[in-house]
Amino acid sequence: MRSLTHLDRLEAESIHILRETVAEAAKPVMLYSIGKDSSVMLHLAKKAFFPGPLPFPLLHVDTTWKFRDMYTLRDTVAADPAIELIVYKNPEAEAQGINPFDHGPLHTDMWKTEGLKQALDHYGFDAAFGGARRDEEKSRAKERIFSFRDKNHRWDPKRQRPELWSLYNVRKAKGESMRVFPLSNWTELDVWEYVLREKIDIVPLYFAAERPTVERDGLILMVDDERMPLGDEAPVTRKVRFRTLGCYPLSGAIVSEARTIEEIIAEMLVSTSSEREGRAIDRDGGSASMEKKKQEGYF
Amino acid sequence: MNAPADIRAWLAEQESKELLRFITCGSVDDGKSTLIGRLLYDTRQLFDDQLAALEADSKRHGTQGEKMDFALLVDGLSAEREQGITIDVAYRFFASDKRKYIVADTPGHEQYTRNMVTGASTADLAVLLVDARKGVLTQTRRHSYLAQLTGIRHFVLAVTKMDLVDFERQAFEAICADYRAFAEQIGVAEWTAIPVSGLTGANIATRGEAMPWYDGPTLLEHLETVPLDADADATKPFRLPVQWVNRPNQDFRGFSGQIASGRIKPADEVRILPSGRVTRVERIVAQDGDLDEAVAGQSVTFTFADEVDCSRGDVIAEAGDPPQAADQFEATIVWMADEELVPGRGYWLKLGTQLVTATVQQPKYEVNVNTLEHLAAPSLQLNSIGIAEIATDREIVFEPYAVDGSSPNRTLGGFILIDKLSNATVACGMLHFALRRSLNIHRQHLDVSRETHAALKGQKPAVLWFTGLSGAGKSTIANLVEQKLVARGRHTFLLDGDNVRHGLNRDLGFTEADRIENIRRVGEVARLMADSGLIVLTAFISPFRAEREMVRKMLPDGEFIEVFVDTPLAEAEKRDAKGLYAKARAGELKNFTGIDSPYEAPEKAEIRIDTTQLSAEQAAVAIVDELLKRR
Repeated sequence: MRSLTHLDRLEAESIHILRETVAEAAKPVMLYSIGKDSSVMLHLAKKAFFPGPLPFPLLHVDTTWKFRDMYTLRDTVAADPAIELIVYKNPEAEAQGINPFDHGPLHTDMWKTEGLKQALDHYGFDAAFGGARRDEEKSRAKERIFSFRDKNHRWDPKRQRPELWSLYNVRKAKGESMRVFPLSNWTELDVWEYVLREKIDIVPLYFAAERPTVERDGLILMVDDERMPLGDEAPVTRKVRFRTLGCYPLSGAIVSEARTIEEIIAEMLVSTSSEREGRAIDRDGGSASMEKKKQEGYF
Repeated sequence: MNAPADIRAWLAEQESKELLRFITCGSVDDGKSTLIGRLLYDTRQLFDDQLAALEADSKRHGTQGEKMDFALLVDGLSAEREQGITIDVAYRFFASDKRKYIVADTPGHEQYTRNMVTGASTADLAVLLVDARKGVLTQTRRHSYLAQLTGIRHFVLAVTKMDLVDFERQAFEAICADYRAFAEQIGVAEWTAIPVSGLTGANIATRGEAMPWYDGPTLLEHLETVPLDADADATKPFRLPVQWVNRPNQDFRGFSGQIASGRIKPADEVRILPSGRVTRVERIVAQDGDLDEAVAGQSVTFTFADEVDCSRGDVIAEAGDPPQAADQFEATIVWMADEELVPGRGYWLKLGTQLVTATVQQPKYEVNVNTLEHLAAPSLQLNSIGIAEIATDREIVFEPYAVDGSSPNRTLGGFILIDKLSNATVACGMLHFALRRSLNIHRQHLDVSRETHAALKGQKPAVLWFTGLSGAGKSTIANLVEQKLVARGRHTFLLDGDNVRHGLNRDLGFTEADRIENIRRVGEVARLMADSGLIVLTAFISPFRAEREMVRKMLPDGEFIEVFVDTPLAEAEKRDAKGLYAKARAGELKNFTGIDSPYEAPEKAEIRIDTTQLSAEQAAVAIVDELLKRR
C-alpha cells in the first residue's frame, strides 16, 4: 500500500479548507495577486469545486504598479467564463497619484492595506482567501488558517482561536470577517514542486531573461515602464528573475540563469537568501514589521 | 545539482516523500527552540538573510552571549521575543531524505496547556525535552499525559544539553530509568530516548563523536522511520463527513469531503448517516479524470448510484460497519477560555461537519495535570481538563476518540465547543462513549400531532417570553395579557417565576448554573405546553441571552415571542415592591440581577415595552394586538 505523498496531503488539506469556508461563509472571495502562490491557490480551488464553477469571485486589489506581465496573465485567467474577476483600485490613492517613488510606505498602506479593506467592505465579503504561507515570515508562522478580523479588519495575535485537528470555528458576528489561508502549511519548495507536477501557468517573470534593470539600495529593480524616474541613470541589461512579485518598483530581482522550474528549484537549493528578502515592504520597522502591518489590517 | 538530469532525479525523490507532523514539548530552559533551530540549520532550511537577521537579533535579545541563539529564530511574535518565552503554537517546516516535517512548537508552562493540546491534535509523534542536568520533572509528566490524551502514540524522550553533563552515559540512563516507571503508569507504550546536544548538534541530524556509548538512532533517523497515523487511518472502516454538496446544474449532484478513515472504490456499498439509507458509490470525480480508489486523508467528490438525501453534516460510512449516533456522551474536555465553563449553558459543538447545541454537566472530576489526581470541580477554568457528561440537542454521528492499538479517531471523536455569543472557541474535547441511557431511550412516535392539538383549540401555539429586571412589571403585564386572551376564547397558561420555584424548581438556587437550569426546565415545560396547542406566557427575569436563545431554538420558527419589559434599574429599584433591592443592596441577597449579577438585555426582542411610557394596561393591549397580528 502506497502512502499519500506530502504534496497529496497538502493538496487535500487545502481543498478541505476551501470547501469548509464556502460551506460556512456568507460571501467568500479569493484574493488574487497573480503570483505563484495565487496561481496554486486558484488551481486548488478549481479542483475543490470541480465540475462546478468557482463558487466565489477573484479579487485583485490593484495598485496600478504591477509588472506588465502580471496584468497579461491576470487577463488570461479572467478570460475563462467560469471565473469572475473583480479589480479594485483605491479611488483616493488613484486621485492623489500615490506611487512608490514619491510616497514610500504610504504607497503600500493606501493601495494595498486600505484598498483591500475598502474592497471587502464595498462588496460585503465576509471571508477572503489569501495565499500566505507560514514559512514566509516569523509572525505568519503563528497565524491561524482561519484568521479573524474585527469590524476594522484588525488582527489581534492575543485573541486568536485555537485550531485543533482539521476542525475550524468559522462563526463570527456581523461586520467581522475572516482571512483564510489554505496554503498555510506549504513551503516555497512545495509550491514549486506542485507548480511543476500540476503544470500550472505562472507569470514568466519567475524565469530568468535579459531585462532592463537598475540598482537601488542593494535591490535590483526592473525598469518595467516609462514611469520609473531614472535621471541620468542608464538601465543595465541583466539576466534576472523574481522569487516573489508585487509592485515592480518594490520587487527585487536576482541574477539567475534558471529558465525552467527544475532550474529554479536547483537554484533555490543552493540559494543563500529567503524569498521575502527581495521585498522592500518587510524592511521598514525592523523584524517585527510584518506583525505590525498585519495588526493594521494588511493581509 | 545544476544538471537537469540530477535535479529531475532529485525531484522524483521529493515527489515520493511522506509527511510527518510532530510536536516538541518542553520549556525554554530545556533548549527546545535551540533543538528546532538545530534541525532547521542542519537540514539547511535556513537562508543567509535569516541567519543575518538572527545574528543581529542574538546581539539584541539573545541569551547565548556572542553565540548564535537558535531560539530567536523560532520565537515569532515580538512580545515573545521581549519576554524570552514562547506564548503560542508556531509551525516550522523542514525535510530529510525520506520525509517532510511539520513541527508544532508549543510552550511548556502549565498556563499554556491549551496551546500544547492544539499542537498535539494533529501530531503523529511527540518529542519530550528533558534537561540532562534536571532529569524528569513535573512538566515532563504533564507533557506526556497531554500528548497521550490527544492520542499521540509515538514518543521521543530527547535528553538535551548532554554537553553540560560531559556527555556521560550514567546521567542519560538514570533519566531513562526514571521515565520508564512513569511511562508504564500512564500507559505510554512506545518511546525512544535519545541523548542530544543542541549546542554541538550531537545525535540530532548527525551522530557526532562525543557519545560513542550510544548506539541508537539519531533524532532525524528516528523521525524518518516512525509509522504514520495516516497509514493506520487507511486500514480502518470507511468514514467521510459530508462537507459540501456540489450541484452546479440539474445533471450533477456530488458529495464532497475529506476521507477520515478507510478506503473507497466505485461500486462500494455505503450507508448515509444518520438516515441509515444504503446506496453505492457511482463515481469518484476528479478534475484529471475519475479515480479508481481513494484513501484516508484525500479530499474527494462522489456521486451515488441512487437519488439519496444527503447534506452537509451527514456521514458516509462503510455499509456493513457504520459508526453510532447518540445524543449523550462522556468526554474529556480541555477548557481553553478565560471565562469558565457554565454547566447547563448551551454551546455550539462542532464535530466533523456537524454543528449542534450541547450542554455540559458539572464535571465528574478534574484531572490535576501534574499529579494525575482526580479532583472535585464545580466547573472548568482556563487550561483545566475534566471528565464530564455532554448532551446534544440532536443525535450526532461519532466514534470514540481513543482506539487501542491504532491511531485515534480524530475526525469523528474530537470536537470543539463554541460560545454562542462571542463565537470564541472555548474548549476542545474527546468523546469516550455514548451513555447507555441515550442509546436505549428512543423517541416515541406520537399519532396525535402538535398540529392536531392546535387545530382542536383553533389557535396557533406561541410562547410569550417576558424578560426584564426584578420588579420591572413582567408578572403584572403577563397576567393582564392572559386575562385579555382568555376573554377572547384563547387557551393559555401562565408560568410565573416565583410559582415555578415553589414546585418544579424548588431544588434550584440563584447561582449562574442554577439560573440556567431553571430556564432550561421552564423552556422544556413551555415547549411541551406549546406542543399541546396552548399559548404559553412565561414571566422570568431570565437574565442571560444564551438561555433565552436556547429556548427560542427549542420551538418552531415564529412561535417564540420575546417580550422585553424594559424598566431602568433605578426605576425598578425605586418601585421595589417585594423589598428585594433593599436586601440586595444590604448584602443580604447574593447574585441579585442588576446588583451583583448581570442582566443581558435582548438585542432583537419581538416586542419591547417601555414601562416609563406605558401603563401595564396599555402594555397588555399592545402585546395582545401584536400577538393577534402575527396569526
